[in-house]
Amino acid sequence: MPEPMRVEPDLRVTNFAGGISSPNPFWLASAPPTNCGEQIMRAFDAGWGGAVWKTIGAPVTNVTSRYSSIDWMGQRMMGFNNIELISDRPIDVNLREITEVKKRYPAHAVIASLMVESTREAWHEIVARSEDAGADGLELNFGCPHGMSERGMGSAVGQVPEYAEMITAWVKEKARTPVLVKLTPNISDIRAVARAAKRGGADGLSAINTINSITGIDLDTLIPRPNVDGKSSHGGYCGPAVKPIALNMVQQVMADADSALPLSGIGGIATWADAAEFILLGCGTVQVCTAAMHYGYRIVEDMCDGLANWMRAKGFRTIDDFRGLSLNRVTEWKHLNLNYKIVAHIDEQKCIGCDLCHIACWDGAHQCIHLDRVSGPMDGHVELHATPASRESESRESITVTPVTRREREAAFGKHAGGHGPYPTPLARIPRVDETECVGCNLCSCVCPVENCITMVEVSTGLPPETWEERTRGTACVAEPQIT
Amino acid sequence: MRYFQSLILYVSHGFDEDLNLSSMFVEDREIRERFAALHAPLTAQAAVVEANRCLNCFDAPCMVACPTHIDVPGFIRRIANDNLRGSARKILESNVLAGSCSRVCPVEVLCEGSCVMHRYDRPPIQIAQLQRHAMDFFHRSGEPLLLQPAAEIGLRVACVGSGPASLACAAELRRQGARVTVLERRALPGGLNTYGVADYKLSTAESLLEVELIRGMGVEFRLNTAVESSAQLAALEAEFDYIFLGVGLGAMQRLNIPGEEAHAIQRMHQTSGVLNALELIAAYKTGHITRLGGKIIVVGAGNTAVDAAVAAKRLGAESVTILYRRAETDVTAFDFEFAHARHEGIEFLWRRLPVGIRTSEDDRILLDTLAVRQGESGLETVPGSELTLHCDTVIPAIGQSSLMEMLREFSGVVMQQGRVTIDPDTGETSNRKFYAGGDCTNGGREVVDAVADGKRAALGILKAHCATKEAAHA
Repeated sequence: MPEPMRVEPDLRVTNFAGGISSPNPFWLASAPPTNCGEQIMRAFDAGWGGAVWKTIGAPVTNVTSRYSSIDWMGQRMMGFNNIELISDRPIDVNLREITEVKKRYPAHAVIASLMVESTREAWHEIVARSEDAGADGLELNFGCPHGMSERGMGSAVGQVPEYAEMITAWVKEKARTPVLVKLTPNISDIRAVARAAKRGGADGLSAINTINSITGIDLDTLIPRPNVDGKSSHGGYCGPAVKPIALNMVQQVMADADSALPLSGIGGIATWADAAEFILLGCGTVQVCTAAMHYGYRIVEDMCDGLANWMRAKGFRTIDDFRGLSLNRVTEWKHLNLNYKIVAHIDEQKCIGCDLCHIACWDGAHQCIHLDRVSGPMDGHVELHATPASRESESRESITVTPVTRREREAAFGKHAGGHGPYPTPLARIPRVDETECVGCNLCSCVCPVENCITMVEVSTGLPPETWEERTRGTACVAEPQIT
Repeated sequence: MRYFQSLILYVSHGFDEDLNLSSMFVEDREIRERFAALHAPLTAQAAVVEANRCLNCFDAPCMVACPTHIDVPGFIRRIANDNLRGSARKILESNVLAGSCSRVCPVEVLCEGSCVMHRYDRPPIQIAQLQRHAMDFFHRSGEPLLLQPAAEIGLRVACVGSGPASLACAAELRRQGARVTVLERRALPGGLNTYGVADYKLSTAESLLEVELIRGMGVEFRLNTAVESSAQLAALEAEFDYIFLGVGLGAMQRLNIPGEEAHAIQRMHQTSGVLNALELIAAYKTGHITRLGGKIIVVGAGNTAVDAAVAAKRLGAESVTILYRRAETDVTAFDFEFAHARHEGIEFLWRRLPVGIRTSEDDRILLDTLAVRQGESGLETVPGSELTLHCDTVIPAIGQSSLMEMLREFSGVVMQQGRVTIDPDTGETSNRKFYAGGDCTNGGREVVDAVADGKRAALGILKAHCATKEAAHA
């Protein structure tokens, strides 16, 4: 761990994509939170560094009932879905407000998100008007997955590299400010469109747009959500649930020389830590929507503060100091070291005896976490051990009585309850890892509810590092099928 | 008295198929108000949030700690996943009186006391409240316990007593196709659940609702039917293949001090004198006593003493004092009960023993007491430490006696220290036609222990029945 710095880290973004600057890397994504100037000015007051205007184009008519969400274990909006279209406000109203915002907030980034019909003239016109209004940059919405795509716009463009390249080139003919192309994830390889945008001359990229989704079905009415008068339509999925998908696509783009451009990362970002991860994979700025819709603009305060504190602790002075540092830590599977071995280690002092690691290992992994500390530890074959089902049925058949006297209560809950072991949890309930069988998969450490109770510890195999590629060099990668 | 009329109506009809038990008992409104439930039920949303806190432990300690081994993570998961019917049926699989258990169980020393959250520095999962949530849903739904009657297996069993042990035994036997008859000496079934549990935990109506569900399975109830003589017993033995004894304990123990008998309260409207804790609880639960004034002294510091003391306070007593011959640290009531008593404003007088009861000049009660200290051979009274307490009602709560007299009639059923001796795995007594469980075998534990005993005995009887049938075929 480096020495914490004695100066405050600098969160400023300068000349992103060849010309966009903002007080910090946190931008609001093109969405309902950036629908009008009044909102964006309040967002800037709250601390946001930039805003991508709700997509400007020929005004649309929206349906009512536009959102639906996935709640998980009592947590609301783990995933979020919308069928709202681009701005339903007249173009000149949006442009007039851009001018107003820029006049009042010259240091903040205001990006015009654009979507018009696929003609050179239409794009030239909207580009010129947006820049005349004072936009610091343009984001081409080639990603909207619903409604607009049926009209030949949005993801209908973003899913066809040739269209994306052509329109980007049209925009570049006219644009004086940086041009970002927003990528749709609803395509088998996101790099195809990233490369097309780069060929078309884009200055930067934004990724990812929302993912095609049906969030769920009302089990009373049997109508999928959101319900628009008895029918639903697929929407765009976002929120914390999509972050891992977004991170993967960001990595794919940034690790590909033909795709890589200055990238504004989007997808499930709700905290400073999420933002740090996107920047570590190469993003220059990040965009946020769902979290701001859930909690309001105020969340940016902790994002800035938290990111600065982490940077300070890690010794990073600027965003560029750590941008992309994790990119080369992602590789293809064939380059991973086959001779690296870790095994699970359970901290007996921390274990609370829930035994979730035991059942997870038995049913979902490799049957090497056992409850045999009292009955006698036994390494080796699975048949040596009682099965989880037999253990449970033994408990069900046991005779238990309520401890009614003080002595009985002491025996059940007192210091020496459980009868064995020096640990807070009775020894019989503290699982034991058979390291000879543990494959080091991490499952137990994922299910353990107690922080740092199960850690994965490296054990030496005594072998030099060797990858799959190295091991199979000169041999066929896949064994020939044996026909008998 | 309204309640009394309904009771007469009820008794005169016996158990008419058309009459619903819980509608026969009319609650006294004043009592209901004074004994409002101690804990508010969880709202639907709070229940889901609480259910989602559960870690779903493997071979869960809460399940092990429950004498009826309810699959706690299993039913909680069903609440979290919006499957309340499944949750309730999961609970009922293990414990047919789960509704009352969710209200009266001392969960601090059972499931919730064993929750791993204690070692995680978090409050334990509110298992009792979640169970109540599921059971309340089930009771509101009006669904019967048995959707399809089991095929008759040609087994007839009598359950003597209609408390939790007998009810659990009867339900399990009926579920597996036996014909069961429950015999109860009182007017209402349910035993201590109906007559002996503090009303702010479990109301009489709630207890009767559960009995009604068991009756709905096809269990026959014979009320006002005491089994006391050897002739009655012989008739029972002739009519039934097996007899389950779930008779509980006998009357509360007397203080055995001068004046106790002479001051005993005889009529229900009279409240000055000596009235034992269970009599007091039964009287207010059935609406016979709705008010209690003056100064009350409860003798004893067990859970029933706390129930009686709190009841006296809620019935309007000016002051209630618990008199105990030992120290605060020796209190036999559960810690949460003791804390509850303090919370309700009960006072305590430690290390004192009642030695006599007299009438004062103003026609109230004088309770003579002596201080007690630890001597070399146990507790001893301190000479010259006389203290006379002026009060209106003395409530002995020093435990129940066993039903030795009655049980002596049951030939071949061996007893030890006032308890029926059983094989703990099967509930079988030393007479193979008799099984037993609950307080008459354990000397007085919790409802959930009685339920576990009753169910184990039912399984023991079924096993014996199968063995007999197989032997007959061989």
